[in-house]
Amino acid sequence: MNYVFNSEQLTAIENILERDLMELGVHSVFLIDMAGNIIANTGSGEDQHDIYSLAALAAGNFGAVSTMAKLIGEEEFSLLFHRGEKESIHFSKVTNDFLLISIFGKALSLGFLRLKVAEATEKIVAILGP
Amino acid sequence: MAIVNLKKGEVQAKIVYYGPGRGGKTTNLEYIYRKFHDRIKTEMVTIKTHGDRTLFFDFLPIEIGKIKGFDVRIQLYTVPGQVKYDATRRLVLRGADGIVFVADSLVVRRKENVLSLKNLADNLATYRKSLADVPIVLQYNKRDLEEEGIPLLPLATLEKDLNVQLKAPSFAASAQRGPNVVKTMKKIIVMTMDSLRRDLM
Repeated sequence: MNYVFNSEQLTAIENILERDLMELGVHSVFLIDMAGNIIANTGSGEDQHDIYSLAALAAGNFGAVSTMAKLIGEEEFSLLFHRGEKESIHFSKVTNDFLLISIFGKALSLGFLRLKVAEATEKIVAILGP
Repeated sequence: MAIVNLKKGEVQAKIVYYGPGRGGKTTNLEYIYRKFHDRIKTEMVTIKTHGDRTLFFDFLPIEIGKIKGFDVRIQLYTVPGQVKYDATRRLVLRGADGIVFVADSLVVRRKENVLSLKNLADNLATYRKSLADVPIVLQYNKRDLEEEGIPLLPLATLEKDLNVQLKAPSFAASAQRGPNVVKTMKKIIVMTMDSLRRDLM
């Protein structure tokens, strides 16, 4: 199964990432697939991370944690989040094939981020279609 | 699972190097990284044990230039080869668009090659794919050890053990020294792109 994204879809997704997440103060946000490919990403321009490696590792990390969940009898974990001194990273499943990764600093609370990510996810799912 | 981005004019595809433990998968990527260092903008990612055995995966993204007007970005991955890391191998295999099977030419590793190929087929089946569905190239690695008098499986034996049904392109190679490492990579990239073109038509 391969995915083809046209300009309209990608622009719409990028707008959601910008308006709903970046404007809150999220530093970088990526929409990736479970194989580690990047669909869309936005960044504040400072501290340009190695986004391709981040995407590969994020997909691997999420995949590993999901497998662990199933091994202990859980369908999935509701939260995957790593807290750092200055930057933290949050993972959210968009559909079975896609993940939203958000990198944010101390100014933003996790609870508020999760709320906004959930809203953004609904909008992205609508764009991705069936 | 390849991603085509019509807005950026970019195609991303994932190629996984599979095979038994210590067969040369990581060494293949390390050779490619050294050879194309000036064209690869990022460091190679490796997640390994203290003993230098791959624990999770190695990752190397390469931009190979334009094909039919699209920028093509290939993500090369290796899996951990040790038997106990099967769950991890299955994870890394997810969304693979092309596979390089790196077989170990050492006589003592004959059985491990066959078991690893069967393991690849089993893990692909969890994604409802078979070996026939995915572009695959075989690499018979460590051919340089012949010069040191170490007993190697003849190429005909490796072909018979691994390639009778698959009939995949195969290369005798040395990932340590370089012969046919790049050829293997180029072949799988071409096959993967052809397969992708056919799927999208």
